[in-house]
Amino acid sequence: MFSNLSLGFGVALSLQNLALCFAGCLVGTLIGVLPGVGPIATIAILLPITFGLDPVGALIMLAGIYYGAQYGGSTTAILVNIPGEATSVVTTLDGHQMAKQGRAGVALGTAALGSFFAGCVATLFIAALGAPLTKLALLFGPAEYFSLMVMGLCFAVVLARGSILKAFCMIMLGLLLSTVGTDLETGQERMTMGFPPLADGIDFAVLAMGVFGFAEVLRNLENTETRDVVRAKIGRLLPGWDDIKQSIKPVLRGTLLGGILGILPGNGAVLGPFASYTLEKKLAKDPSRFGKGAIEGVAGPESANNAGAQTAFIPLLTLGIPPNAVMALMVGAMTIHGIIPGPQVMTKNPELFWGMIASMWIGNLMLLVINLPLVGVWVKLLQVPYRLMFPSILIFCCIGIYSVNNQPVDVAFTAMFGLFGYLLIKLGFEPAPMLLGFVLGKLMEEKLRQALIISRGSFMTFLERPISAGLLVVAVAILVIALLPSINKKRDEVFTE
Amino acid sequence: MKKLAIGLAAAMTLALAGGAQAQAYPTRPITMIVPFAAGGPTDIIARIVGDHMSKTLGQQLVIENVAGAGGTTGITRAVTAAPDGYTIAMGHLGTFSAAPATYPGLKYDPINGMQTIGLAGGTPILIVARKNLEPKDLKEFVAYVKANADKVNEAHAGLGSVSWTTCTLLKGQLGVPKLNAVAYRGTGPALNDLVSGQIDFMCDQIVSVAEQVKAGTIKAYAVASAQRSPALPDVPTTTEAGLPEYQIEAWNGIAGPKGMPKEAVDRLVDALNKALNDEGTKKRLLDLGTVLPTAEERTPAGFAALIKRDADKLSPALSAAPK
Repeated sequence: MFSNLSLGFGVALSLQNLALCFAGCLVGTLIGVLPGVGPIATIAILLPITFGLDPVGALIMLAGIYYGAQYGGSTTAILVNIPGEATSVVTTLDGHQMAKQGRAGVALGTAALGSFFAGCVATLFIAALGAPLTKLALLFGPAEYFSLMVMGLCFAVVLARGSILKAFCMIMLGLLLSTVGTDLETGQERMTMGFPPLADGIDFAVLAMGVFGFAEVLRNLENTETRDVVRAKIGRLLPGWDDIKQSIKPVLRGTLLGGILGILPGNGAVLGPFASYTLEKKLAKDPSRFGKGAIEGVAGPESANNAGAQTAFIPLLTLGIPPNAVMALMVGAMTIHGIIPGPQVMTKNPELFWGMIASMWIGNLMLLVINLPLVGVWVKLLQVPYRLMFPSILIFCCIGIYSVNNQPVDVAFTAMFGLFGYLLIKLGFEPAPMLLGFVLGKLMEEKLRQALIISRGSFMTFLERPISAGLLVVAVAILVIALLPSINKKRDEVFTE
Repeated sequence: MKKLAIGLAAAMTLALAGGAQAQAYPTRPITMIVPFAAGGPTDIIARIVGDHMSKTLGQQLVIENVAGAGGTTGITRAVTAAPDGYTIAMGHLGTFSAAPATYPGLKYDPINGMQTIGLAGGTPILIVARKNLEPKDLKEFVAYVKANADKVNEAHAGLGSVSWTTCTLLKGQLGVPKLNAVAYRGTGPALNDLVSGQIDFMCDQIVSVAEQVKAGTIKAYAVASAQRSPALPDVPTTTEAGLPEYQIEAWNGIAGPKGMPKEAVDRLVDALNKALNDEGTKKRLLDLGTVLPTAEERTPAGFAALIKRDADKLSPALSAAPK
């Protein structure tokens, strides 16, 4: 392993590759900060520019964009409550609350330090265990994946701040929204009302930016005073010793959870932050702090998010199978450069494999160097008067949404979801469980049907397969743990009334 | 007064643009719609060819990914755009030959309702299976599938995809149209379950599966083309292996709206041919396992003939397929 790593560092530390790594990380941070403009669009646009580079350098840069975007995404989530990607939904819960309390700098700093730690561990993890861990990805068939999603949905119940019933309704709504669009098996259009732009379903960015970003703007406009309070107290810029002490354990647990889930095929990385948040909330002495600016709720999920982003490279580099859309794009980039990903990349192109792994560690260091000084700049941004800030937020959101599919109607949809999100806030419903239901819904339905087609319609397949059965048991356990206290609490409420 | 001024300005702009167009097409960037997500096989070919075409045309060829409904959303937008030569699309076997039989409500007619430019490249289709599936060669496989039609699982990347289209043709020819088909969102996840042995076989473009075959994680029965592929020289063709009627290629080609100015068509055909003759571009395409188009297929008429030929070949099987 050490000779391999030194080979890797030899490749990654060349002047050209260092510059490319830096360029990728910088671009990634910027597009991560811009809501909606995701790594997929950026990598696709930059692909032709890499034609003239050597393959290793090109891939180092493109990978930098991907994990740089994960860093940048948390900035928008914390500052303006807009999750750029599914993985930063959880960060909005406590991160934005911290910002409102004047602790934006601490939240951003914790996110950056946690991500750096997770990135370093994940790099070592890939280097040491990449090859054996590949088997984990192959153990997961449709049945196992469906059970994993069920477990994920049970997390959503725990995510809820207030009423469990309301959270449950929101999850169901999310699942329902995820079924809009063309049926994968039959090609039938479902709930599109004959409206062609709905034929491919609702885009995550459209929904998330509507119910979070636009709705938040509406709420703030209604109530200008709270904004001024945020502006008044900025507080310290970097996390203090107490903050760090409080974050260490969540970061460790988040890194482990995110790292393992990231290896799974079919975008398992999405579950990482949710799982970490659930775990932290359950382990906390006082769970009621969560949702009101608990630093653990930022440290854990942000580490999980970054660890997952990096371990997602394992199936690609060791099996040649992309686990999510960004990795599929990396396959495209590799093929353009004449390296067709397969199980033999590690033996046939060792300088590529180990060079990329070494560059990930260097990239994480660069991201820390880029991001920590930026914290001050971002926090200063909060001092911009809101009458100037909200139009810019809306404009950047609109550009971002348009860039996803180049469809103007998507922008209109986002506006609609913005109004809907405002209604939800007014009625006391949480949008986060809905987004989790939405993200998991598509995968869940797909995997359920695949598993049932393979088993010829027998539901027993979910219980007969040991991993699947184990995951379902965990899901039931989570539900029981989550529901018991609330049932008790309700009883108390009844008595107090 | 204001309205009049705007009208005048618009008229002048039009006149100017018209005049300029008459002088030298293109005077502004050209949009090439790719009806799939960035990074897929069609997108990669579009970006490689488009990069060189921009140099010949003297204007940037901008790739715009408009994904959706098996690629028909993007093609609909391109072929219903103003036929000025500034909006074209890179479509494939599915969107141009298979779509009419796959999507009953299709809003464009690939045979009579668009202006073809030319073929950019084709990729042979490979029949692959999990490594421990019993049959040793294609003949045994055909017999096995026919005998176990109630047990075999086939994977594809969704209705209208290349893998669905080509496998539906195979199932139609084998007389087992109702074979158990498992739909995935893309060939990546499908390949994952094929490698892990959850499903039995699939048909896919050689570039996506060749490395897995070489590593022995899956096995290949035959390549559905007239010649063996240099990417996998040991895999027999369907003709050699005893299923000569199964010949299909996943090709990608350029087309635009009907009624484009002849000058624009000529310039685009010329740019495409120069790109395909360029050594650097050629090498990139060949590295992808692409079969370069013949001189005939690089012309509008030759490409139109190819679309028609494959549409005729596919439509019986696709129309009969359970949807």
